[in-house]
Amino acid sequence: MGAFGVAGVSLGADPVKLILHTTGTWALRFLVATLLVTPLKDLTGSLTWLRFRRMLGLYVFFYAVLHFSTYVFLDQDGKLSAIFKDIVKHPYVMLGFLGLLLLIPLAATSTAKAQRRLGRRWTRLHRLVYVIAGLGVWHYWWLVKKDIRPPLAYAAVFAALLGYRWGRRRWLERRADRGSASHGLQRPVELEQERLGAIPADARVGDRYAELERG
Amino acid sequence: MAPSEITPEDRFISRRALLAAGLGFAAAESLGSFAGEAFGQTPPNPAALIFKKNAAFSVQEPPNSYQDITTYNNYYEFGTDKSDPADNAQRLRTRPWTVTVGGEAEVTGSFGLDDILKPLSLEERIYRLRCVEAWSMVVPWIGFPLADLLQRFKPTAKAKYVEFKTLYDPKQMPGQSSGVLEWPYVEGLRIDEAMHPLTLMVVGLYGKVLPNQNGAPLRLVVPWKYGFKGIKAIVGIKFVERMPHTTWAGSNPSEYGFYANVNPAVDHPRWSQASERRIGSGSIFASRRPTLPFNGYADQVASLYGGLDLRRNF
Repeated sequence: MGAFGVAGVSLGADPVKLILHTTGTWALRFLVATLLVTPLKDLTGSLTWLRFRRMLGLYVFFYAVLHFSTYVFLDQDGKLSAIFKDIVKHPYVMLGFLGLLLLIPLAATSTAKAQRRLGRRWTRLHRLVYVIAGLGVWHYWWLVKKDIRPPLAYAAVFAALLGYRWGRRRWLERRADRGSASHGLQRPVELEQERLGAIPADARVGDRYAELERG
Repeated sequence: MAPSEITPEDRFISRRALLAAGLGFAAAESLGSFAGEAFGQTPPNPAALIFKKNAAFSVQEPPNSYQDITTYNNYYEFGTDKSDPADNAQRLRTRPWTVTVGGEAEVTGSFGLDDILKPLSLEERIYRLRCVEAWSMVVPWIGFPLADLLQRFKPTAKAKYVEFKTLYDPKQMPGQSSGVLEWPYVEGLRIDEAMHPLTLMVVGLYGKVLPNQNGAPLRLVVPWKYGFKGIKAIVGIKFVERMPHTTWAGSNPSEYGFYANVNPAVDHPRWSQASERRIGSGSIFASRRPTLPFNGYADQVASLYGGLDLRRNF
C-alpha cells in the first residue's frame, strides 16, 4: 500500500477503507521500526539509531490517531451511538481502541524532561509498548475475513523482536552469572543498574548518547 | 476524476438504446471473440450484448461506475486483495467453456456454454449488491433468470437444492495455489430460492460481456443474499436432495451460513451488519446507509422463509 492519493490520483472504489487500512498499517509499521531500534543498536554497535526512537514512537501515535479519526468521522460518520455500540459489541474495535488509549501516556511522557523526572518508572511505563504491539496485531488479526497472512507476518515480527530482547537479557544474565562464579567478576554494570532500577535503560543510553553528542 | 469513471444515468440509457437498436453483437458470437484478450487491467473494449431492460426488476438508485465495479472485487481465486482480480483474472480463458449438469434431473451431461445461452434472451437488471463485509454497490447486470435455465434440465421431485461449482485450475486461477479457502468454490441454493424470479445468471455488465474479474463467463447473482453466494466462473450445476456444503459456511460455520440472507438484525460475530458503506470514488463523507432486510427485496422474498428462524439460519 503506497501513499495516499493526491489531487487527480484516485483512492479507489472504497476510499474510506483504503484510508483506514493505510493509517492502521503505517501505525503498525512504525511500531516495528520503533522496536527495531534496540536490536539495530546492538548489532551495529552504533548509538545513532537511538536518535530516531522517539520520533518513530510518536509516528505510531500519530497514525493511530489518524486511524481512529478516520474510523469515527469517515467510516462511522461521527455517529457516537453507533460507535459506542460497535466498540462494545465487536471486540476487534475494542482492542484497537484500547491500544490507542495505552499509547496516550507513552506519547505524553515522550519528552526528555518526563524521562528524567519519571526515572525508573519511565522504563516500566514504556514497556507498555509490548502490550500495544500485541493489541495492534490482535486487532488486525480479528478483523480480516479469511486471509490471516498479513497479520500473521506482523505477529511474527513482533514475536521475533520480543524474543530478541528476552534472549539478550538471558544471555547477559548468564554471562554475568558465569563471570561472577568463575572469575569473581562483578555483573556487567549495565545489567546491574537496570536490575536495580538505578538508571532506566533508555535514560542511561540516552545520557551516553548525549555525552557522545557533546563530544 | 476522469470522465470515464462516471457514467451518468442519461448517457448510460442512451447507449443502451443504441445497443438495443442493433449495434451490439449476439451474445454467443461476441463472447468468443473477446476471450482471447490477455492484456491490460480490463479489456479495453469488451463486446456489447443484445438485451432488453427489465425496469420492473431494477432499483432506482444510481449504479456504481464501471471502473468501481470492475476494480473492487472479492474473488479469492485471483487473490485476496480487492484489486487482485482485476490484475490477475485476464489469463482466464472463458471459451471454450463447458458446464456439467448432474444429479436429480432428467436431462444431465456436459454442455457448451454457448449452447446453453442460445435459447435464452438477455435482460438488464439493476440490482443492489451487499457484501458480507458491510459495503454495497448498485450493479447493472446482464443475464437471465436462473429458473429459465434450470427448468430445461427437468429437475425431479428429489431436487431440493442446487449446488454450483467454480472452475478449479490453479494455472489460470493463481489464488487457488493458496490454502486460504477450500477449492473449488462451492455455493448452493434451496430449489425455491434458485427458481425465484429475482435469482439471476449473469453473463454481462453495463451492456457488455462480463469481465473476468466479475465472474465471466457465467456467474450467479442473488440480490437478497450476501455477495459471496454469487458464485463465479461456474462449471458445475448439480441438483441434490441434501443441503450442499458450501465454501464459506464450511470454512467458518460460526461466521457464515448457508442462507446468508442480508439481515441488519443479525450481526457478523465480529462486525455489525446494521449499516453498510456504499462504494463510490466520489464519496468519502456520509457514505454509510442503513442495511435493509433482505437487501431491500423483502417484499419479494421474505415469504420464502416463513417459519425459519433467521437468527439461527443466518
